[in-house]
Amino acid sequence: MSDSDPALLSLRGIDKSFPGVKALQDVALRLRAGEVHALMGENGAGKSTLIKVLTGLYPRDAGSMRLAGQEISPASPRQAEALGISTVYQEVNLIPALSVAENICLGREPVKWGCIQWHQVRQRAVKALQRLGLQLDVTARLDTLPLALQQMVAIARALEIDAKVLVLDEPTSSLDEGEVEALFSLLRRLRGEGLGILLVTHFLDQVYAISDRITVLRNGRLVGEFLTAELPRLKLIGQMLGREPDAGQAAAAPSTDLTQVSRPVILETKAAGFRGGIQQLDLSLRAGQITGLAGLLGSGRTETARMLFGIDPATTGSIEIDGVAVPLDSPKAAIARGLAFCSEDRKREGIIPHLSVRENLILAMQAGRGPWKKAPLAQQTELAQRYIATLGIKTPSPETPIRNLSGGNQQKVLLARWLVMQPRLLILDEPTRGIDVGARAEIDRLIAQLSADGMAVLLISSELEEIVANSQSVTVLRDRRAVGHLQGSTISVAEIMKWIAHSGEEAA
Amino acid sequence: MKTDSAWKAISTWFGGGSIIWTLLGLALLLLVDAVWVKDFFTLEWRDGHLYGTPVDILHQGSKVMLLALGMTLVIATGGVDLSVGSLMAVAGAIAAWALTAGGMSAASALPLALLVTTLIGSLSGLLVAVLGVQPIVATLVVMVAGRGIAMLVTGGQILTLQDPTLRFIGGGYFLGLPFTVTLVVALLALTLFLTRRTAFGLFIEATGDNETASRFCGVPVRLVKVLVYAFSGFCAALAGIVATGNIHAADSARVGEMMELDAIFAVVVGGTALTGGRFHLLGSLLGALLIQTLTTTMYNLGVPPTVAPVPKAVVIVLVCLLQSPVFQARLRTWKKAKTPEVTA
Repeated sequence: MSDSDPALLSLRGIDKSFPGVKALQDVALRLRAGEVHALMGENGAGKSTLIKVLTGLYPRDAGSMRLAGQEISPASPRQAEALGISTVYQEVNLIPALSVAENICLGREPVKWGCIQWHQVRQRAVKALQRLGLQLDVTARLDTLPLALQQMVAIARALEIDAKVLVLDEPTSSLDEGEVEALFSLLRRLRGEGLGILLVTHFLDQVYAISDRITVLRNGRLVGEFLTAELPRLKLIGQMLGREPDAGQAAAAPSTDLTQVSRPVILETKAAGFRGGIQQLDLSLRAGQITGLAGLLGSGRTETARMLFGIDPATTGSIEIDGVAVPLDSPKAAIARGLAFCSEDRKREGIIPHLSVRENLILAMQAGRGPWKKAPLAQQTELAQRYIATLGIKTPSPETPIRNLSGGNQQKVLLARWLVMQPRLLILDEPTRGIDVGARAEIDRLIAQLSADGMAVLLISSELEEIVANSQSVTVLRDRRAVGHLQGSTISVAEIMKWIAHSGEEAA
Repeated sequence: MKTDSAWKAISTWFGGGSIIWTLLGLALLLLVDAVWVKDFFTLEWRDGHLYGTPVDILHQGSKVMLLALGMTLVIATGGVDLSVGSLMAVAGAIAAWALTAGGMSAASALPLALLVTTLIGSLSGLLVAVLGVQPIVATLVVMVAGRGIAMLVTGGQILTLQDPTLRFIGGGYFLGLPFTVTLVVALLALTLFLTRRTAFGLFIEATGDNETASRFCGVPVRLVKVLVYAFSGFCAALAGIVATGNIHAADSARVGEMMELDAIFAVVVGGTALTGGRFHLLGSLLGALLIQTLTTTMYNLGVPPTVAPVPKAVVIVLVCLLQSPVFQARLRTWKKAKTPEVTA
């Protein structure tokens, strides 16, 4: 496979805008026959938009697409399939209640006299699976198969048409290690058959295990195309995050307080984890200390928060509070133990949109008191007014529905909701996402103040600067495992990036 | 300024701005009645009782009003209760059975009917909250099963009975008005107390508005759901006892038939969104009143009962459209599009 090979699929100058957002700007992609090509980028880089343009879900605003030298413009996934571009999406999008054969031939069943030729359906399914080296009972219901096999069936379906390009969007996110290996040996085989495979994944190890080339996107723009073998991990992460790893920008990390180590541990996880989320996590959260949780998208940051807060309870290991193992199996249990959690998804997991600022602010407190001991309205209003004043929440009145507030002010109300509870551990997942610069600084200052008052804070952020600027201790996650712990003056953006890139290996 | 805030308080109490349309619809209907129906507003005081068509509307509408109060809370959590019509039959059947074959007094028969029906109602809640069954499916199951249970209790017969307490509940007078009016007011007071004096109202609205966020705040979402369906069952039991008292018989096959739909209409017309969230108890009562007024009006105008559902549907669609923010926005743009033509 040399560079002189004509590209199987070539995208040039692709632009795509949504109202208010330029999702893709002048993006190019060259996929050669017989290669596995990884498409990498952080949240909002434009990976999924590019795939949707490629598969005809979105029309492109500008640019050209060529497949085997022919100009193409698929207007729907069906047309893209007809051209030979097949896609397997992140969630297995097959129909669980239908048989394997029906799923493989769905929408393209052989028909004669208006009747489906079931015999042919089964034959074609068997043939499609044989190509992948699989022998399955094609009349079995899909949902009786393990997830990994369902994934294979999805690939068999994608290849059942005469596909030249196979697009896999996060195919491994719900698979365990053995299943991933099985999938990869299949991909190698298909690569040998001359297929062009475009792979979107967040797992660095997997990118280096399988891909030949990497295209990196950032903020809707092309960063570059690289040969995997010639791109060190650290460099790749630098490209994805948009900064030089060796710039030595040790941002002003708060000086290590010597007494910090002696501060009491509030919560400690011991090899805690749950399938599909985080594995073997050891984490100590101390009173009066901000612990940063850093890692790329999909590394298990949010999953850790959800596990601690009892949303996805730990199935392995244990979680101790004040040295005693406790079952954190629901948010209610976690709140009762003094935990609080501000979700990154304000809209879906935070605000109660039509209720007032006051009601949103006192909801957790009232839930803690139970339904019978209703806080008197005067007390509620007093609390709301106090927090509106101290946090500088801009709202016409405490009775304004929270959905009428700006993102930053909504976030402050959600923070206030937990501050009312005086929690011992506050978990903040992306507390400043989608918030303007002024409010951002205020929220950072508030977090520092809370920590100084003795609260333990777990700060999750995709922005390394935010982690570095605020944390006294940092745990780095990679591929759903904790790979490094940094303390005090060793905390810097460069150091965190090294750990994200090289787990356990010598940091270069 | 002062009247402004007072008006605001009243309108939020009744369900925000949308309730104006319900009131308008009611006013329009009453206007039709005043013009075309002879002696519609004539009230008569006889033997310490008040008689007249408006009183009759209150009395006839009481069953849907009772149902609507429970239905409001269920809908506020984002659910719906289709079983209330059947549960009315269950309550009637149990009460009639206990009073006749069971040989019980009304003082024990009626509480028994209330208790059993409430328990059956909470079964929907368990299906929804614990097993995660869709509310429509769960309550449809209980609706079908409930009708069966009622038939089983009465042996498929219409049980006639002559109990003075039941007769009083269904047709007696209290303070010059039908007793059913007192019953509605009492249940309204109880519901207001349970939802606004405790935090249940807040929990119900939070659950319906954003269930995930509520759970993450520690709101006992499951308990809230079980309780609203149980309460809806309780309301249905009261309505069932009233219905049985109305006709001095437990007619398991017919009592409460299609009444769940009237109750849902009343809630929706009263300004509580089917998607859940904020609820308006007084709005629901007003909605029930609108539906009953409509039924009575059509009866008075001589519309045959067999075709009466058609105009009823039209009125309900109109009220719902007028309440819809989307439709209101469209109306405004139509107006805007028209204005330049007029000036030009």
